[in-house]
Amino acid sequence: MQAQTPSDSPACETVELQIRRQHGPTSRPYWQTFACPVRPGANVVSLLMDLREHCVTQDGTRVDPVAFEHNCMEEVCGACAMLINGSPRPACSALIAELEAPIRLEPLPKFPVVRDLMVDRAALFAHLKQVKAWIKLDGPWDVHERAPRVSPKEWQANYLYSRCMSCGCCMAACPQFGPQFGPEATFVGPAPLAQVRLMNAHPTGRYDKAERLHAIMADGGLSDCGNAQNCVRVCPKAIPLTTAIGELGRETTLQAFKDLFGPH
Amino acid sequence: MSGGQQGGQVIVIGGGLGGLWATLAIAAAGHRVTLFSLFEVMRSHSACAQGGINAVLDTKGQHDSVRQHIVDTIKGGSYLANQPPIQSMCEDAPGLIRTFERMGVTFSRTPEGLLDLRLFGGVKNKRTCFAGASTGQQLLYGVDQQVRRLETEGQVAKQEWWEFLSIVRDADGVCRGIVALDLRSLEVRAFRADAVVLATGGLGQIYAPKTTCSTNSTGAAASRVYQQGARFANAEFFQFHPTAMLGEDKTRLMTEAARGEGGRVWVPKDPADRREPTRIPEAERFYFLEEWYPSYGNTVPRDIASRAIWKVTRELGLGIGGGDRVYLDLTHLERGFVSTRLGAILSIYRKFAGQDPLTTPMEIFPAAHYAMGGLWVDYEKDPATGGMRRGSPRNHATSIPGLYACGECDYAYHGANRLGANSLLSASYSGRVAGEAVASYLSGLERGAEAAPAAVFDAEQGRQAEINQRLMRSDGDQNPFRLHRELGELMTTKVGVIRDNAGLDEAIAELQALEQRFERLDLAESSAWANQSLAHARQVLDMVRLAQVMAVSARARDECRGAHFKPAFDIKMPEDSFPGEPAFEAYRERWKANNAEWLKTTVADHGPDGPRIHFEPVDLGLLAPEQPRDYR
Ligand SMILES: Cc1cc2nc3c(=O)[nH]c(=O)nc-3n(C[C@H](O)[C@H](O)[C@H](O)COP(=O)(O)OP(=O)(O)OC[C@H]3O[C@@H](n4cnc5c(N)ncnc54)[C@H](O)[C@@H]3O)c2cc1C
Ligand code: SF4
Ligand code: SF4
Repeated sequence: MQAQTPSDSPACETVELQIRRQHGPTSRPYWQTFACPVRPGANVVSLLMDLREHCVTQDGTRVDPVAFEHNCMEEVCGACAMLINGSPRPACSALIAELEAPIRLEPLPKFPVVRDLMVDRAALFAHLKQVKAWIKLDGPWDVHERAPRVSPKEWQANYLYSRCMSCGCCMAACPQFGPQFGPEATFVGPAPLAQVRLMNAHPTGRYDKAERLHAIMADGGLSDCGNAQNCVRVCPKAIPLTTAIGELGRETTLQAFKDLFGPH
Repeated sequence: MSGGQQGGQVIVIGGGLGGLWATLAIAAAGHRVTLFSLFEVMRSHSACAQGGINAVLDTKGQHDSVRQHIVDTIKGGSYLANQPPIQSMCEDAPGLIRTFERMGVTFSRTPEGLLDLRLFGGVKNKRTCFAGASTGQQLLYGVDQQVRRLETEGQVAKQEWWEFLSIVRDADGVCRGIVALDLRSLEVRAFRADAVVLATGGLGQIYAPKTTCSTNSTGAAASRVYQQGARFANAEFFQFHPTAMLGEDKTRLMTEAARGEGGRVWVPKDPADRREPTRIPEAERFYFLEEWYPSYGNTVPRDIASRAIWKVTRELGLGIGGGDRVYLDLTHLERGFVSTRLGAILSIYRKFAGQDPLTTPMEIFPAAHYAMGGLWVDYEKDPATGGMRRGSPRNHATSIPGLYACGECDYAYHGANRLGANSLLSASYSGRVAGEAVASYLSGLERGAEAAPAAVFDAEQGRQAEINQRLMRSDGDQNPFRLHRELGELMTTKVGVIRDNAGLDEAIAELQALEQRFERLDLAESSAWANQSLAHARQVLDMVRLAQVMAVSARARDECRGAHFKPAFDIKMPEDSFPGEPAFEAYRERWKANNAEWLKTTVADHGPDGPRIHFEPVDLGLLAPEQPRDYR
């Protein structure tokens, strides 16, 4: 029994991969070039998988395998997002046949590099906490009553946002998001804002609407959005981020009025 | 903790549906949870499930009933699952769905704003709740958000990017904590816990790359506790999905609906035929499902389709180009119809194959999909109801005191085969039950983990660190990623869709040889930071050991049941004979005699010379097998 190695399977073309590598969070990045055999149907993840087994640069040097993240390989877990030829996108659905060669791979910008193509997206999850992206339940038990009805139309609008897989592509593309603005004033970023839109639309999630709106009216909230629309262009799930941001803009204005004049 | 009602410290390993539900239930009982996962929990494999989750809501005018859900689940599993847990799961399913809905899960709606239901394989009634084409993702996010809230309240602490390596047992054999590996710093550390829940998912990666499973579905964690003494049950039962699109990294599921809506499966009569499929004339195509099963044709059940495709490619050598692939053809269907009915498949295929199924036939092959077998877990039967006794500390307890298991890594609900849309249910339900059981266990516990001597933790931590050091020093010639591929190839070929004893004997020997090659490992990387090869090498070794349990269990079962198919022991239903007629009744007798011999749970214990197998009776209290399945 002998499985085929990627490199000894029948005649296939090769493609040049240029990978920006970085040993650890504080190490200096450097570039390495690999000539990878490509079989039909190959994508960026499958090439990186092959490289783990046979990691030799174009000039014949054996190097450490390239660290990268991937789990579902179906563009639903969000793990494998990286910069591919300059655009943030999931690597599993980036087909080699459809990419311009040489292919440049870089870690997703704006997030700290862990190693090579792996980044730490903790900021995204911290921001989901900051905006209270959840429905407050009394407890995870059955209360023998179903949640209120939702019209199919409303469902359709909500469903769009519930598909956000926290890949971070939108955050990587957003000119307002990132460490360059300092740790304090970090803009929460498009993905968490869209979750505020989603939670505020839920029949009982509405109860905490004001609280969530306040969370994004503070520094680093909505007002930091420069409306560059970069986010919506890169989202692999086609989530209407700027629509959500527009809606929230109106909601926060209303909320500000309520805060001024409403009953306390 | 010291025998108190609250304030215990529990470790949950795995943050898919099973682990997150267990976390919620334990936290709701007032205990603290530390949650371990290989990565951010919301990226768990549960996110992959598209189809839906079963629960009897009976809102489609079909008089659906919980009883029918129970019966379908029992029969779908060929009676091999204990019936009390199935009963309780089906009874509680509607309540679980309501809870998910309260969490904000975006279930698809009817025009009246109620949850919509769809029809799923193997049943007659519409019983499957769904959220667009991403049900698993939506359910997972529902519980993930709840757990995130508990994090901000300090009740849950996450240890993401930590890999579970082993449990720590005290002198009495009770589980008192775990040892885990920080996947970034490579630190190996022991953690104390009053109870541990394992929710680490399935094991399809043992068949990689011909699997629909994510990279987290290695079975390595289950293998580790098995090697430490936990029993493993029904390991031979593994479901293959007949129609997965081929891929270099993995194979991706194409739902049954593609065949249901009129898709035809074929191969060129001449495997050397290199023409574009659409240029091959009808007369030169072999529609093998239609030819072999004239009455069902392309819509034969999953397992039959998988076996037929296997036969055409591997036994007759008629796969496209002689390889592991056949066509699933939609090009003859009306395009508008296909686009509305099968939109999700079309977009997956276009995205990952770069081709349009409307104009080019898809290339597919069976893929490893779901493990029915898993860690053996207990339950306490409530004689009053026939179901599980609620809150019993025995429910979902493994054979190691203090260690619980839930989700796909346990064996409890699906017997010899799983019904579609029943495993999101079992993962969620079992997580909640395991959590409740842990809470009961803690209230009966006299001494918590703080009383366990430091020496047992130090010893286990030292043993695990030593394994890593040895691997890091390795200077052989065996690449771990290559060993993984060879494992997948071996298991696919010899412990796959069709089994025979000679092949299984070979597989057992080859798996031993494969295990020995780890002595000559070449890690190919010596980095002391985020070294993925180290973690992978350890996983693959434990996968090889679990694969041995699967092969030995399959060798031990000389019959055909559910997903376990050994043609030499097939009892065939007489073709033109029906109940009451002598030929059929003779068949029924043989079928019953076979049940008398083989209707029993396979249980494997780890031993120095490999798995030791024994069998356990199955609780058939609700429905005894009288009637063979008849698809005619
Ligand atoms: C393509 C596909 C489609 C499916 N569709 C459906 C469907 O429509 N309906 C249905 O009912 N079922 C479906 N299933 C099955 C279902 O998705 C799974 O059975 C279920 O999601 C398993 O959940 P889980 O919680 O047990 O495990 P998972 O979701 O796999 O989670 C496992 C967790 O364990 C962690 N983990 C693993 N090992 C370790 C370790 N060593 N240390 C620390 N953490 C670890 C991981 O990080 C992860 O968080 C499908 C399966 C596949 C493959
Ligand atoms: S529209 Fe706002 S959120 Fe989107 S990229 Fe621009 S600044 Fe960022
Ligand atoms: S909104 Fe889109 S791009 Fe942003 S994290 Fe979610 S899925 Fe990714």
